[in-house]
Amino acid sequence: MYGTRLGPLSLVTVVALVGAFGLAAFYAPMDADQGFSQKIIYVHVPLAIVTLCGFVFGAIMAMKHLRTRDPRYDLKSYTAIHMSLVFGTGALITGMIWAKASWGVWWEWREATLVSFLIVFLLYCTYQPLRFSIEDPERQARYASVFALTAGAFVPVNFIAVRLADAYIHPRVLTTSGSGLTPEMNVAFFGAIIAMGLLFATFWKLEMTNKHTRFQVRALKRKLGGDDVTIGGGRSAAPRYIEGPDGR
Amino acid sequence: MGDGTPGARPGGSPVVPAIRTEALVRRFGERVVLDRLDVAVDPGQTLVVFGPNGAGKSTLLRVLATLLRPHRGHVEILGEALPDRAWAVRGRIGLLTHDPLLYGDLSARDNLRFHARLHSVEQERIDVLLDAVGLLRRADDPVHTFSRGMLQRVAVCRAVLHDPEVLLLDEPWANLDPAAIALVEPLVGRSSGRTRIVTSHDPAGGLLEGDVALGLKAGRAALLRPSAEVTAAEIGELYAA
Amino acid sequence: MSPPAPRTTPTGTAILALLRKELLLERKVPQLVPAMALFSVITFVVFHFGLQRRSVDGEIAAGVLSVTLLFAAMLGANRLFVADKDEGGFDAVLLAPVDRTALFVAKAVSFLVFLVALEIVMVPAFALFLLGPGLTLEMVGQIALLLLLADIGIAVIGTLVGALGIQTRARDLLVPLIALPLLVPVIIGLARGLAPILVDGGAGDLAGRWLAILALYDLVFGLLAYAVFDFLLDD
Repeated sequence: MYGTRLGPLSLVTVVALVGAFGLAAFYAPMDADQGFSQKIIYVHVPLAIVTLCGFVFGAIMAMKHLRTRDPRYDLKSYTAIHMSLVFGTGALITGMIWAKASWGVWWEWREATLVSFLIVFLLYCTYQPLRFSIEDPERQARYASVFALTAGAFVPVNFIAVRLADAYIHPRVLTTSGSGLTPEMNVAFFGAIIAMGLLFATFWKLEMTNKHTRFQVRALKRKLGGDDVTIGGGRSAAPRYIEGPDGR
Repeated sequence: MGDGTPGARPGGSPVVPAIRTEALVRRFGERVVLDRLDVAVDPGQTLVVFGPNGAGKSTLLRVLATLLRPHRGHVEILGEALPDRAWAVRGRIGLLTHDPLLYGDLSARDNLRFHARLHSVEQERIDVLLDAVGLLRRADDPVHTFSRGMLQRVAVCRAVLHDPEVLLLDEPWANLDPAAIALVEPLVGRSSGRTRIVTSHDPAGGLLEGDVALGLKAGRAALLRPSAEVTAAEIGELYAA
Repeated sequence: MSPPAPRTTPTGTAILALLRKELLLERKVPQLVPAMALFSVITFVVFHFGLQRRSVDGEIAAGVLSVTLLFAAMLGANRLFVADKDEGGFDAVLLAPVDRTALFVAKAVSFLVFLVALEIVMVPAFALFLLGPGLTLEMVGQIALLLLLADIGIAVIGTLVGALGIQTRARDLLVPLIALPLLVPVIIGLARGLAPILVDGGAGDLAGRWLAILALYDLVFGLLAYAVFDFLLDD
């Protein structure tokens, strides 16, 4: 049920990615100060933005899960956060590469955006260990949702706090507005964000389809095997029971 | 109550069950623990529940005690539907499980004071109950110094502190010697007159205790009949692999 | 005969009952406060050797005090719900006709009380062992205000994360891992606020922005935790 339109979505994503990076490489002009290495922001910033959006989306799905107790929302939340961690790792690594290329250091504490991103990332790294350590599947989902909601609320609060803590006004090159990007750069930039967002959505749908199919297979095995057959035992951090109240 | 059949009354209007479940389902992840269970207990009746470990007896009790939500189906206690009206009926249910729900470092009296405050019960009732189970003398000793039987007696006090109409008892007579059972019986036994559900591993004793017998196996009602019509041998078959 | 009105216990009564139980338990068998206090003193010794200084002031002093408080609080948060989990305290509240958020309020308030008790030992110990500048009354007042606001945030997060962790098998590890990132804004507000105060020649200015960060944090997460705690208890 999640796999519909996955094919066309993947196609659109590939096209968007190729197009965006083509724009970034050839259409957008070189930055006067930093040269070609500045172009990494077309990867780094979209990754970071999509990661944060993913975390917020995960928080919204978590809230819906708490409200309705529908395990499908938990699956959506889990998958979104899972994907965001992967994209977030990419964002951190490309961020460090960019920092080295433009400032000569691998890490810069005065860059408030990078620092608050790191803190949020470290927080979400505990999501899966938390899930894995709770054995009762329904409780696991509920506690994970409480965590996701709290962490989602934390993102803006943390950002404000870190920014206020920054005594030095550091040139904020990592924002789109007022940072001196030319119109051509902006086009490539937004193209890259859209492409990255599509990539996230594709992977998200893919993983949900995967999990849902596995769940259906297990349910079938259970039906065929009778009551006392144990299917795929062991603990898991991922949601395993994903049938909604209406049986879908 | 003549034949003990739920809902039937000679020549009268149908009795509203004090406890009623309809197609109750409770899962643990993908595993079904209670499988479309239908149960009805009339006011003042006792339902005795048999079944091997893992059959769902404790889970059933916890669902009825409003500690667990039903995943599917309909549950009603004293006319209030769970889980929506759980908050309204909670104060009228008493639960006694294997865990006495007492803080070991506090005295029996302090523990009961705590529960009394949570249930808006007057403090005087605590001494009355402790006296009834013969523990008034030890009321101020920390509970971790108590024997298992004494703990059970304090737990009984805790369970009936708020004078509940419905009692849910998980093997209440375990850990109690006959003298203790005699003390506790008027509070939670048949003579208390309350609607009760009791789990038991003792076929003969259990059948005597209940009006209706429920045999659980793998979360389903393998057996649900007036206990007068059930033999101990049939109960034994529940435990067969 | 109409059905009897539901007999529920007012939330205020429930909070007081739970709070009394918490404080009674800690008084009879002190576990949290002595452990946290001892930990903080030992940590000062460790800092002495780690930083290789006989006294600290300004930013370093603020850092040492804030970090020590935070880590001691992590110890406390780990133990907050242990008695309830082991001895059936959760069921006691869940079976009672009370609003379950009373448990959150009572636990957070009792944790706050324990943190204040900790600081009554910790701050003098800090002044004794590591703090270079002497403490004036005005400094103490400012420190107390900052600590109070920080404590509220720590109590809220500690209670929430403690409750999250109590159901897990790896609670001693997970509670600090989750709570520390969440408490970064508190460290920022506390350390930055303390730094200009812990200097020679009397107190510097207590910048309002740090109080504002702490207060905002307390408000946001206090409300969030209050709203969300119920879901942790409702099976």
